[in-house]
Amino acid sequence: MLSARDVSHAYGSLRALDRITFTLDRGQTLAIFGPNGAGKTTLLKVLAGLIQPRHGTVQLAGGRRAIGWIGHQSQLYGPLTVVENLLFWASLYDVPKATRRTRADELIGRLGLERQAHQPARTLSRGQAQRAAIARALIHDPSVLLLDEPFTGLDRVAAEELRRLLGELAAAGRATVLVTHNVEEGTELASDIAFMRAGHFVAFGPRAGRDAVALAAAYREAVGGG
Amino acid sequence: MVVDLLRHAWLVARKDLYLEFRSRTAITSALVFTALVLVVFEHGRDPTAVATIDLAPSILWVTFSFAGMLTLNRAFNAELENQALDGLLLAPISRTSLFWGKLVANLAFVAVVQIAGLLLFTLFFNVPVWRVWAPLVAVMILATVGFIAVGTLFSAMVVRTRFAELMLPVLLLPFLLPPLIAAVEVTAKLLGGRPLSEVAGWFRLLAAFDVTFVTLATLLFPATVTE
Repeated sequence: MLSARDVSHAYGSLRALDRITFTLDRGQTLAIFGPNGAGKTTLLKVLAGLIQPRHGTVQLAGGRRAIGWIGHQSQLYGPLTVVENLLFWASLYDVPKATRRTRADELIGRLGLERQAHQPARTLSRGQAQRAAIARALIHDPSVLLLDEPFTGLDRVAAEELRRLLGELAAAGRATVLVTHNVEEGTELASDIAFMRAGHFVAFGPRAGRDAVALAAAYREAVGGG
Repeated sequence: MVVDLLRHAWLVARKDLYLEFRSRTAITSALVFTALVLVVFEHGRDPTAVATIDLAPSILWVTFSFAGMLTLNRAFNAELENQALDGLLLAPISRTSLFWGKLVANLAFVAVVQIAGLLLFTLFFNVPVWRVWAPLVAVMILATVGFIAVGTLFSAMVVRTRFAELMLPVLLLPFLLPPLIAAVEVTAKLLGGRPLSEVAGWFRLLAAFDVTFVTLATLLFPATVTE
């Protein structure tokens, strides 16, 4: 469904990605942990096609249309209401006109945004904006989710809600790549784990039932700090 | 393919128009700026020293140019809030659609400012605009399209820089000179009652500028938004 092969990239002389290779199938979730500046967001942008890598290839079944991106920024237009935002993004993704509104309402209901549906996006709280961002990312029913530090700024309850939702989406067959600097955040969602430092995977493999504590120890050993 | 390109461009343009309709930030500041400049020129000039008809074309086009730059500044600013630009670049639409959508929205904003500016200009300076309204509108369109195309390209280039609002005029002014000179020349001759044949060459120059810079901006735009 999604594969990266020998992907390398640099910003000038600074090597941001160094021969990254992995394959992700339906229902798999790859959690990539690494410190700030490890190249996680660059990798996600390369996978999304926002950055052309200097070397290597990315293959994605369905192309850009298959991607749903959830970052720590909502990608919503502040003056537009939640519904207007969703309808705009649905139209860009060619969601049939007859089903756009139904799809938007369905996601709004599922994410508990009924009361905020007709509020301008800039009036939403951080947790509400993040839920609206998830609705935006799912409006075209993507098969691959790319998540860039999606828990940033969320309180415990909102983070827990997001974890539950992401778990449901993975169970429904979506392939997911999650990048975060916090080992505790994505552990239970992950089927596969990668530790990243200075642009390359220093460890990569199945989670194999390891919990956050075990992974934090492995992370400290592989990356240092954490 | 072309239908999709145009449809997506329209979606982007419609969204920008709607955003501006909601916030009214750029259009209001451009309209206020236009009114202020015209008022200042109207009260600051000495009608016994320079005839209104000689001064009016320059005043009109200086006002249009700087008001246009104000509206250009907003073109990509809205996309920075919440990193919506990444969402647009991620969406399955071509970069050309994105550029054309932005161009159409910018042209619409500038058209509103120019129409209001022309009405105020007529009111303040009492020049016989109505006699030459058709060629005057033609020169306004021709002088604006190429300038706004280059401006849209540059506003995408500078939007992620620290001094975007300062950088844009610095980059844009050299490209603004040819259409600005042509527009002032044509407007002066039209208001002076000269025959259209005298300005045909300037019209051709403006048309060539538009074709060249709309094409170049369309071709260069994808590179400016790709990391």
